[in-house]
Amino acid sequence: MHNNSTSRLQVTDLSCVRDDRVLFEELCFELYSGQVLLLEGENGSGKTSLLRILCGFREPDAGQVLWCGNAINDSQYYEDMAYVGHLNGVKKELTALENLKVSLALGKAGQYSIAQALAKVQLADFDDALVQTLSAGQQRRLSLARLLITHNSLWILDEPFTSLDIKGITLIESLMTEHCNKGGMIVLTSHHDIALPSVDVQRILLS
Amino acid sequence: MSLFYAFLAIIRRDLLLAVRRRSEIANPLLFFVLVITLFPLGIGAQPHLLQAIAPGIIWVSALLAAMLSLDSLFRSDFDDGSLEQILLSPYPSSILVLGKIIAHWLVTGLPLLIVAPLLAVFLGMPMQSMGVLLITLLLGTPVLSLIGAIGVALTVGLRRGGMILSLLVLPLYVPVLIFAGNAVEMAGSGLPVDAQINILISILCLSLVLAPWPTAAALKMSVN
Repeated sequence: MHNNSTSRLQVTDLSCVRDDRVLFEELCFELYSGQVLLLEGENGSGKTSLLRILCGFREPDAGQVLWCGNAINDSQYYEDMAYVGHLNGVKKELTALENLKVSLALGKAGQYSIAQALAKVQLADFDDALVQTLSAGQQRRLSLARLLITHNSLWILDEPFTSLDIKGITLIESLMTEHCNKGGMIVLTSHHDIALPSVDVQRILLS
Repeated sequence: MSLFYAFLAIIRRDLLLAVRRRSEIANPLLFFVLVITLFPLGIGAQPHLLQAIAPGIIWVSALLAAMLSLDSLFRSDFDDGSLEQILLSPYPSSILVLGKIIAHWLVTGLPLLIVAPLLAVFLGMPMQSMGVLLITLLLGTPVLSLIGAIGVALTVGLRRGGMILSLLVLPLYVPVLIFAGNAVEMAGSGLPVDAQINILISILCLSLVLAPWPTAAALKMSVN
């Protein structure tokens, strides 16, 4: 894990226009190690579009996103970030273990082994189960386990609590707190209230 | 080295997925066999005519079978978000995409190669052109997968991309069809086919090097 206090995500004058509708304009923020950025706003206010710009899937209509002072289309950024979107990104025909092995091969090894990560998200007994036999909440936890096995310092999470029960939400919140305490940073959208008492949470309201 | 490991992991994953959903292997192969077996029935008792058009039948069927299988290349990864994860990998997407294309060819192209000799005998193709038929299929079908990948990558985000895909990809398939069909026909009459084979080799090398980049770029556009 990056424990580098200089890592920072800088967004300056970002605008996003979709179908002639301005979603946001001149958005600026900075995020440092140990911080969480919570994006709030109604449905369709551009939260997901902002996350997808941060992932590099979408070009911003104006402005720029810098990671440690460099533009994000530089491969160092992709080593340092991990994204869990609306879609879980796990294959239903593979087992939990096979899915995580592929994710591990696609990134750099991180802090936890696959077995440890599965234990952390309470799926230790399901490593040989096909993903299609898991419940929606379990699939969600599996896709969040990906964050633990690969090297990353920035987590970008789009509605991470979808289909999780109260225990699952508490679990993910504790993982997020742990990540921030180790110097990581998180950008997330959520309709749930998040309880991260020991973490510096910035909020941005998109409207 | 770890890039190579990621490349292999993608191939391994796609092969495993193909084994778990067998229809993906069976469909193009079944299509190929069905089309070819229908020709003798349609043409009737004219063995010479059948023999003369056998190279064309086999190649056109292989081409259509390859096109039919293209959609499965990125569809499921696009639908479940795995594609986003592949594109977010720190490794070059073009290499990872090449891994996917190779796995796709192993699943859909290679089986055609295995049944082709059988079907060639069935159509009464002369034995001396069998070797050339296999060589052209070996060189040509990977090109179909590589070029097709660009088209699928462009259309995977569209709900009804099938028609556009055929329009995009078919013209690019034509050179392969012409040279491969011609080579098999010439071999049947005992003529040298080095020129056609060399051209097919160069088309394969070119598309192997050039196709993954536009494919990766088009996929990035499609996930947007």
